[in-house]
This record gives sequence, C-alpha cells and structure tokens, in this order.
Amino acid sequence: MNVLYRLTVTETKLTLREPIVMFFGIVLPALLLTIIGLVPAFREANPDLGGARTIDLYVPIVIVMAGTMLALAVLPQAFAANREKGVLRRMATTPVRPAALLAAQLLNLVLFSVVATVIVLAIGRLGYGVALPSNLFGYLLFYVLGLVTMLSLGLLVAALAPTTAAASAIGTVLYFPLLFFAGLWAPREAMSDLLRRISDFTPLGAIVQGLNDATAGVWPQLLHVAVMVGWIVVTGGLAARYFRWQ
Amino acid sequence: MAIIEVDGLVKRYGERTAVDGVSFTVDAGEIFGILGPNGAGKTTTVECVEGLRTADAGTIRVCGLDPGDVALRHRLGAQLQESQLQDKLTVREAMELYSSFYRHPADWRELLDLLGLRDKIDSQFRRLSGGQKQRLSIALALVGNPEVAVLDELTTGLDPQARRDVWDLIDGIRERGVTIVLVTHFMEEAERLCDRLALIDAGKIVALDSPAGLVATVDGVQRIRFRPSAPLDHALLSALPEVTDVARSGRQLVITGHGNVLHAVTSVLARNQIIAADLRVEQTTLDDAFVALTGRNLETQETP
Repeated sequence: MNVLYRLTVTETKLTLREPIVMFFGIVLPALLLTIIGLVPAFREANPDLGGARTIDLYVPIVIVMAGTMLALAVLPQAFAANREKGVLRRMATTPVRPAALLAAQLLNLVLFSVVATVIVLAIGRLGYGVALPSNLFGYLLFYVLGLVTMLSLGLLVAALAPTTAAASAIGTVLYFPLLFFAGLWAPREAMSDLLRRISDFTPLGAIVQGLNDATAGVWPQLLHVAVMVGWIVVTGGLAARYFRWQ
Repeated sequence: MAIIEVDGLVKRYGERTAVDGVSFTVDAGEIFGILGPNGAGKTTTVECVEGLRTADAGTIRVCGLDPGDVALRHRLGAQLQESQLQDKLTVREAMELYSSFYRHPADWRELLDLLGLRDKIDSQFRRLSGGQKQRLSIALALVGNPEVAVLDELTTGLDPQARRDVWDLIDGIRERGVTIVLVTHFMEEAERLCDRLALIDAGKIVALDSPAGLVATVDGVQRIRFRPSAPLDHALLSALPEVTDVARSGRQLVITGHGNVLHAVTSVLARNQIIAADLRVEQTTLDDAFVALTGRNLETQETP
C-alpha cells in the first residue's frame, strides 16, 4: 500500500509538471464552460433543447471531455513512454511489479479527473446557477462507471500502440468522433433522432446522458448502464489480451 | 562459495538460439565479467539471471533461489542496458521511490555521495549528462542493498573520462561486499575490473578465466607500431620468420609477431636506413585473446 501511495504521489508530481496535460485536462474544460456561460442566449431556456439551458447541458459534456482527454491522450502516451524508456523493465527487476505503476497511473488520472469535475461543477453552480446533481449517489456511481469506461478505452490504446507517437495519434483520432457523439459540438438534445440513437451506444454519449439523468434526479437508464458495461468488457478484455509490458 | 550458479542455460528466440548451453558460477564478493561482441548472448544470459526472461533449458540459482522468485528481487539489483527514467523525475524522487520498494533499503543519500550525484539531487532526469544518468542507474541498482548487482553495458555511450570515473566507483561498490556481474564489450573495462571473465561468442562460452589467465593463452604475441621515415616494402618484413602480420594503419605500420620480433624488425629497418618514428611495442591484450579464441575482433561494432 505504501508503495502504491508513493507511486501515485510520484505520478501526480510528474503530471503536474506537464503544462499541456494541465491545460487540456483542467484549464481548457473550465475555460470552455466559462465562455459558454458568458453567452447570454446560452443561459436562457431553449425550447429547441426541450426547455433546457445550453449551459446546463454542457456541464456533463465538459466533464466528459476532461476525463476523455486524460484517459485517451495522457494515459496511453505516458504508458507507452514508460515502456519505451525501459521504466517498466527496470521496475520488473525490483520487488514491485510493473502493474503497480499502471495502477498508480490510473489512480492519478482519476484524481485529476475528479479535480476537473469539481472545478467544472463549481463554475456551473457558482457562475451560472447550474443545479448540482439531485441524485448524488446515482451520479457518483455513474461517474465512476464512466471513468472506468474511459480508462478501459485508454488502456486498449496503450495496449495496441507500439510507440509513444502511435499512442498519441490513435488517441487523437478517437478523441474527436467520441466527443462529437458526447455532444461537444451539438448537445444530444439538438441531435437528430438517428444521431442521438447512435450516441446512445457510444461510450461518451451514454456517460453524458447518464450524468444528465442523475443531475435531473432520476436514475440513469438501464440502456446506458448496459452500453457502458459492454464497452468496459470489450475494451478492457481486448486491452488485457494484447497488453505488453515490454 | 558460489552465489550464482548457471548450468546449461539455453534461450531461444523463435528459430534463433541466443544462448546455447552456458554454464558458470560466480563466487560471493567477486566481480565477474561477461565479455563478448554485440549479439553474442551476454544480455540474454544476465536477463535470465535477473528473472526478466525464462530459460528454455538449464538451471539458474541466485542466492540459492530461482530467478523467478520474488524474494530474489530484494537481494539482486540490476542496471539494465539503455534503461531510462521519466524525463521530469528528479534524482531525489527516483531514489525515494525506488528505496520504498525494498524491505531493507540502503541510505540513498550516502549512495548519491558515493556516486558523486549529491549536488544533482533536485535535477530532473532529462537534465543529467550521460554519465550522471548512468551513475543514477547504478545507484538505483544498489538502493535495495543487494547481495548481487548485475550491471549491463555500464559505460556504453560515455566519454573516456566518465568511463574511468564509473570504473573507480565499481571498486568502491565491491568494497561494500556486493558481488558484481558486469556485462561489457569493452575489453579494457573487463581487464581493469574483473576478477574472472567469461568470453561469450555466438551464445557459447569460449573461455573462462582471470584476465591474466586469458591473456596467457596467447602469450608471446607482440605488436609493434611505428611511422617509417621512408616508404618500405612490406615483403621485407613479412618475410621475417618472427613476423605473422604486417598492416598499414594511416601512416603507421602495425607489425604483429612473436619471439624476438622487435629485434628482427629494427634490424631490417637499419639495413634499409629507415628510421622508425613513434615506435611503440604493445603487449598482448584481452582483445588478442579474444581474436585467438574466436577468430573475430571483439570491438567491431562500437569503439570506445
């Protein structure tokens, strides 16, 4: 436990030293929500969005964006770099298994994702009066499930990418379509029925809808829970199958 | 008393047999060298000893334990070839982290003193020079207070001064009672540091002896280098019974021979009124021993 704690603290220090990660993982989501909220029309109830305000809809989208950046861009690259540099091999000669380093990396990203989430929720609540989750327990459960989904996807990229450059490229290619279906460019409420149906089955679309439901005070739909569990089983399983320490 | 026992080790990668029946023992407190050209199977051999690879055949015992035994990782430290750290990790963080992995870690500050890294304690890994990185790597291999340290290609990529500094450190580490296995393809390094040496070529041990013992197997060979003051017909020299080889190296002539070869050569030069400038006579080296044993040159791919 002491080792895992030390590894996680070390990973956290290293992450704090990466300005790009800090910017895209923490600053950009906060900035994006702030800017959206500054547009007066986005603070008005919009009949086209089922009476919701744009700013309300963007809180979960921006939270998911931050998590995806950490899971899909930061994790695979950091892991590939450790593999390339022989950090994992060196660790294999010590009493600590390289899996402990991976666990520390995951914990570290969960930590930063939580920080980003708290900041975004705070900006929404304090700046623009966005309601906090009514079903807090359901929200937390779904949030954890969402993180596991995103991190499984990241682990699959880490497992398949042969190099740091490849990890970064694959992460970027996946990042944009996934965020499209999460509603970053047009919220799910503004999508056509077909697009929204597709979005229901994408990992980020399911997470956003689940967080929305929990915020509104209801339980996330079984469909979205099932979609996420499905993604976790498939990506996690493939990641475990193809994982290489060296 | 043997602390490492390797018996009939075989390791294959697909069709290729990288290590083909290697056997040796290393005594406690010894510096044991594994010397050979690149691709000879040196690294694979020690990776099996370290437990990083599983042998296809043969047995390995280190401190009486199987290399796969987790208990051994508390007793064996390894410095791997080309193994780096995270760019922005500081020396202090690396030492604190890795010492937390062990039950009975060494005092890492003292290790940094020994390795001359104390003033780099807050430097990030990417800011260290090649020599400093290598010394940090040694410090990490020793931070668990191991009984055995395996150091692979310790000085590759270092400049000559940094290399000599690292060699001095190895002497200091031996005084701590650590048994050292040193993998190298620099014969000078092996000659300078090792008590005993295994020469490996194409996955097999071709000789195993002290450096002096290995040199003695080809004793009597001498090499003479000089710059002739006027052009000289090589045939005049190669005709001498004492001379086995005449080669040109830039403006220098390099003559290999045995017995009273120096006298024979200088007599020929005197008769032809040629002056030998910068004349040097070299004694047999491990390199010669390696050539004699394998018919190949040791340092073919990389020169120090």
